[in-house]
Amino acid sequence: MSLDKNDVEKIAHLARLQIDEKDVENYATNLSNILDLVEQMASVNTDDVVPMAHPTDAVQRLRDDEVTESNQREHFQSVAPEVTDGLYLVPKVIE
Amino acid sequence: MYNKTIAELAQGLKNKSFSSEELTQTLLSRIDTLDPELNSFITVNKEHALSQARAADAVLAKGKGHRLTGIPVAQKDLFCTDGVLTTCGSHMLDNFTAPYDAGVVERFNSAGAVMIGKTNMDEFAMGSSNETSFFGAVRNPWNTGKVPGGSSGGSASAVAARLVSGATATDTGGSIRQPAALCGVTGLKPTYGRVSRYGMIAFASSLDQGGPMTRTAEDAAILLNTMAGFDPRDSTSIDKAVPDYTQSLNDDLNGLKIGLPKEYFNDALDSGMARIIEEAIEEYKKLGAEIVKISLPNTDLAVPVYYVVAPAECSSNLSRFDGVRFGHRCENPKDLEDLYKRSRGEGFGAEVKRRIMIGAYALSAGYYDAYYLKAQKVRRLISEDFKQAFEKVDVIMGPTSPDTAFNLGEKADDPINMYLSDIYTIAVNLAGLPGMSIPAGFLKQMPVGLQLIGNYFDEARLLNVAHRFQQATDWHQQAPKGFE
Repeated sequence: MSLDKNDVEKIAHLARLQIDEKDVENYATNLSNILDLVEQMASVNTDDVVPMAHPTDAVQRLRDDEVTESNQREHFQSVAPEVTDGLYLVPKVIE
Repeated sequence: MYNKTIAELAQGLKNKSFSSEELTQTLLSRIDTLDPELNSFITVNKEHALSQARAADAVLAKGKGHRLTGIPVAQKDLFCTDGVLTTCGSHMLDNFTAPYDAGVVERFNSAGAVMIGKTNMDEFAMGSSNETSFFGAVRNPWNTGKVPGGSSGGSASAVAARLVSGATATDTGGSIRQPAALCGVTGLKPTYGRVSRYGMIAFASSLDQGGPMTRTAEDAAILLNTMAGFDPRDSTSIDKAVPDYTQSLNDDLNGLKIGLPKEYFNDALDSGMARIIEEAIEEYKKLGAEIVKISLPNTDLAVPVYYVVAPAECSSNLSRFDGVRFGHRCENPKDLEDLYKRSRGEGFGAEVKRRIMIGAYALSAGYYDAYYLKAQKVRRLISEDFKQAFEKVDVIMGPTSPDTAFNLGEKADDPINMYLSDIYTIAVNLAGLPGMSIPAGFLKQMPVGLQLIGNYFDEARLLNVAHRFQQATDWHQQAPKGFE
């Protein structure tokens, strides 16, 4: 599997990653090599195999719908880059 | 004092041969003097450590406390520590003071252990050499021109250099066992779900597992006693009783069935490594073990499967780093998309970006079946190989790593070559089994690790098998020159 510069730019956009123009070629080479490595999987027949999502195949634990956490908004927002009146600030989204 | 094991230190504290404050101060001075050469710590919080030590001394003075009360332990900088910088080795989190403690850290705190500092690591635990850390590479105390392995390279280097007797580490594809092997220390990756992942910064959630790194199996048992156990805040934590892992350390190995997978001993294994592993197996025969030849036919597929599963999970997990709620934010974003892209582009290093992109690609529309679903199916086959093997044997053995520590920079520009450092460890994570690495000898003056793989929740047996080897050999007692 070979990825070109356009593919890398598209994937970087999907992952919301800014990649320097000068590095795109290098990423294309490295990512193509990794996909070549991964390609070995295709050699195995897995027709009747059940996919394994978790090592122990555990099921989701459920609990009663009760409040267990106290509100620590200010504490958790103390590590945020920009906050006002308990709200996270981002650049204007709607004009 | 710094040369003592945790078991010995606990005895010393109990007998009042020294105080926790003296012990902590000794290690802090040692870190001050020796760590500039190794770079194994990202944060050393002296005041915090000394105040915990004084509190521990007060408890010990009343004749109370736990076996770990007053014992200095280092935390890999991937465990959240309330009020203390928690970077995960990344520029993304170089300003992040965690607002809460990880489950593992809480357990050490309630036992009265002293947190001496936070250890260096590959960025977001992605690497096998510790060179991807934003805080600089860690050096191997056995030869400071060589890597300590990764991702828990800081913990391995610090324990090997006698800067601390025990540290936490995490293992997603070999990140406890491989650095333990390369630095000549003992490392244990428990069964998936045995140790809480709450507050452990996530890389690949179906593979990540925390565990101890120490100089002896006995110390690993002592630390695991504190680390293991159910935590309702981790949705994949297993609610199963935790045995006292120190109780079975001396059990007899007579009749123990050791499986040697032919795929681990083929031509790809360096002959010098093979000889050392074979000598270790001979030692086990003397202890009464029986050798059984086994096969794990899908071994070669472990690395390919891992480089779909781990990147896919990482691309999802690391989407939380968006420059909005915590972590690095770029200057003057012009809109929301620019904020996301530049914060992430600036915050993450090259290896992390590579893995996020592979994961995003593998999960994107039209590719899911060919990559992620296919990988999950082959993962099942790899896991079935182990299930069948454990019907015949009690423990599987082989090398931890294909070679001893490599030179700094040697593989830094060659991701594929770096990934192959983990060929013997990765399958264990895919299956969710417990695995250990213990020192088994030296090749070209560098330590060699023997890997022990156990059945699910068979940590007690692994520790027993490791301990008996350490009673019969002294590889684990060797200290690197300049750090004795």
